[in-house]
Amino acid sequence: MSGFSKHIESFGALLLAVIWISPLVFAFWAAFHSTSDAVNFNITSPWTLDNFRTAWEGAPWLRYFLNTFLLVTVILIGQFFVTTLAGFAFAQVQFPGRDFVFILVLMQLFILPEVLIVENYAMVSRLGLFDTILGVGMPYMASAFGIFLMRQAFKGVPIELHEAARVEGCGWFGILWRVYVPLARPTYLAYALVSVSTHWNNFLWPLIVTNSPDTRPLTVGLSIFGAPENGVDISVISAATMMSVAPLLIAFLVFQRQFVQAFLRAGIK
Amino acid sequence: MAEHVNIERRRQAIYGWILLSPAAILLTTFAFYPSLATLWSSLFSRETRRRPSEFVGGENYTDLFADPTFWKVVVNNLIYAGATIPISIAIALSMALWANSKIPARGFVRTAYFTPTVLPMIAAANLWLFFYTPGLGVLDQIGSLFGLPSINWLGQPETALWAVIIVTIWKEAGFFMIFYLAALQTIPEDLKEAADIEGASRWTYTRRIVLPLLMPTTLFIMVNALINSVKLIDHLFILTKGGPNDASKLILYYIWEMAFAFFDAPHAAAMTILVLVVLGVVAGVKFTILDKRTHYQ
Repeated sequence: MSGFSKHIESFGALLLAVIWISPLVFAFWAAFHSTSDAVNFNITSPWTLDNFRTAWEGAPWLRYFLNTFLLVTVILIGQFFVTTLAGFAFAQVQFPGRDFVFILVLMQLFILPEVLIVENYAMVSRLGLFDTILGVGMPYMASAFGIFLMRQAFKGVPIELHEAARVEGCGWFGILWRVYVPLARPTYLAYALVSVSTHWNNFLWPLIVTNSPDTRPLTVGLSIFGAPENGVDISVISAATMMSVAPLLIAFLVFQRQFVQAFLRAGIK
Repeated sequence: MAEHVNIERRRQAIYGWILLSPAAILLTTFAFYPSLATLWSSLFSRETRRRPSEFVGGENYTDLFADPTFWKVVVNNLIYAGATIPISIAIALSMALWANSKIPARGFVRTAYFTPTVLPMIAAANLWLFFYTPGLGVLDQIGSLFGLPSINWLGQPETALWAVIIVTIWKEAGFFMIFYLAALQTIPEDLKEAADIEGASRWTYTRRIVLPLLMPTTLFIMVNALINSVKLIDHLFILTKGGPNDASKLILYYIWEMAFAFFDAPHAAAMTILVLVVLGVVAGVKFTILDKRTHYQ
């Protein structure tokens, strides 16, 4: 009996996996076949790269890739800088008002940047950052989540190391840079993976703040490319979609274990 | 000596605030000030060419409450939350239990479950477009094998919201699975052994031991899923644009539309404030009640 139910369960798990992966598989199939072959699901129909050629010529993808790359880089650098300093302050420095400020920071976990689009748009325009990559990235740099993560990592550093560095004559910033940052390397890696994949995929805010192909990230470019007004057929949309998810998807498949570990480390508490 | 302590304390305070200042400036600029500015601008009328903006108090809010589209959108979002939260949690839990047990092709199964998480919502929507398109789409083709008529999943009010919901569940279940997987791995082996000695069935073990131990994780995921039910709207831009007839429009999409398509910032601001209030209540519940109850983790 238990053997039988075990088979049922394995079957269920596999079936769900197949269902879950099928949208991607179908898009992959469609991307490499002509539209009529794609929708007829003829296994023997010939493979083609035409869709990719059409898609590639339909939009400045290289520029979009570059923009997304710059965007995630700018955000990551900003986040590392801001959250390292703030996380260290919350973890190791005693100062009045610390707990109160920390609660304010935690509140930002719930004041989503996505919800404040109207005023943030006004703010970014006022700062002269409309339609710039910095303007897209800036609201995300002081991430409460990141500050919290770095605080947790720094709290785990043994105080003896801190003392030892101080005895050696290290100042605060020296201690932070030479002791805490190197010890928190796994957390930085985890945070980087989460941050990059989040902002690689972000859409609504970049849609609002960018207005030209020179700043538009991939997601916004893809949505414009695939808009029904453009009358692009399903195979070409699939090709464009595969193209724009390929870098992250391949990175994920290669570094799967690290990815999952990163999400775990980032998500736990 | 006391003076020395005092100096040290003051030094720490100065260091603390210097370290915090970049974060404080950015958070003020892009979170706290905008929240207050939103509240403020929600109390003023819309500026038109003929009339300057003037203080109207709660009028924007009463306008909203009198707007049937607003209520439609609220109900849609409640359905969206009410469906995506429990269903994605249930699927995530089964995924985790399966991915944690000894089944064939476990690596493939795990990868398949988690892959949607790394895709942009826009790309996910494009993938699903291929499923939903009437006539050509995968769903219609499967249906036609069984002689079912063609259905315009995204084009009719009865199904559009559900089509959107399915994409969201597909996108987030694998992400939540990860948290369950992590929690499952912290459950000590001897509990399973003890249950086996007592002759408990696998189902009893899961229900009486595993599920209660996963409770803190479930609460954590629930809060995340709740936030997602406000935040995850990107696919609307591709799949339905909130239509047909607002049947699949969600609050954040409506805020965007109000502000950037209808250029009605005050009403968008009023709606934003209402969302922030709801999120604030969620935050309050999370930080007071839930965090206290889940301390044993």
